[in-house]
Amino acid sequence: MIYGLLFFEFFKIGLLALGGGLVTVPFLFELAEHYPWYTAEELVNMIAVAESSPGPVGVNMATYAGFKAAGVSGALTATVGLVFPSVVIIVLIAAFWDKIRQTKIFSYLMHGVRPAVLALILNAGAELGLLALSDIWAVVLCAAFWGAIHYIKLHPIIYIVAGGILGIVLGL
Amino acid sequence: MLWQLFAAFFKIGLFTFGGGYAMIPLLQAELVERKKWTSEEEIMDYYSIGQCTPGIIAVNVATFIGYKQKRLAGAIAATVGMILPSFMIILALANIIRLYMENAYVTHAFAGIRIVVIALIADVVLSMSRKAVGSLFQGAVFAAALLYLLLFGGSPTVVVLTAAAAGLLAGGRK
Repeated sequence: MIYGLLFFEFFKIGLLALGGGLVTVPFLFELAEHYPWYTAEELVNMIAVAESSPGPVGVNMATYAGFKAAGVSGALTATVGLVFPSVVIIVLIAAFWDKIRQTKIFSYLMHGVRPAVLALILNAGAELGLLALSDIWAVVLCAAFWGAIHYIKLHPIIYIVAGGILGIVLGL
Repeated sequence: MLWQLFAAFFKIGLFTFGGGYAMIPLLQAELVERKKWTSEEEIMDYYSIGQCTPGIIAVNVATFIGYKQKRLAGAIAATVGMILPSFMIILALANIIRLYMENAYVTHAFAGIRIVVIALIADVVLSMSRKAVGSLFQGAVFAAALLYLLLFGGSPTVVVLTAAAAGLLAGGRK
């Protein structure tokens, strides 16, 4: 019973949360009010954890809520429920993708959309920048990393690990 | 091939900090440059689709690329690979969340990682701008979208849909 309910509730979130990430948060607060799975306070903690651990925030939240409600199998149920609707929708779109791509209308649409996606990426970086570039040293470090990334071109994972180590060493 | 899809997205999922768009540098290094499964332009197309469809954008992009490589089985392999690292980490942390959050090493490491992620995103924007902003029209869309997002905190979905409508109206004209 609890599994059916978990699946159904997270399926709903997966279907309704357009745009992903923190868009799931208001839905999750609603769940905290309706079910004894986790409290609003736990949810706030969890948002902070989700931002300090890898992976999509929405997935982290579903895993946590499911785990609190019904252990590991609850976590699995909630997570599968969350991604199920989008997997179905994306697979349907992807199945017709090659036909869609070749149409003139699609090329018109994408002519407008690509620069907008670029703005979205830049905006995501700016939002993170407001949060993380809190002093001049952070800005200098960021510029230095950008130089290394741009001119040396190692795999991003190497820079991410280096950033983590440097954060600890410098006590950022 | 299925294993490769799973492994590539597992790696990406494990090192994606800071949300769906922060994943792009990893997609570019792993899928465009290394495996040559997709191109920069296609990644942008997947993001625009992922932004206008329900669900988590990082997962949507994984599903899409997986399907393109190996149909339904590929979609599932890539999606599971993308999700599994977060799933396992959250399960491991679920009971020690306070300890984890208050751990000084964790806090410092993430402060450092965030700075790197910003630099990575900046570099991606730079490299994608050559392909995404090739005309006056596209420059105008970029500027308008960015202003709307930065000044008004606009919705990403609205941005993509409006830009699509503008593209349609312009009909490919420069």
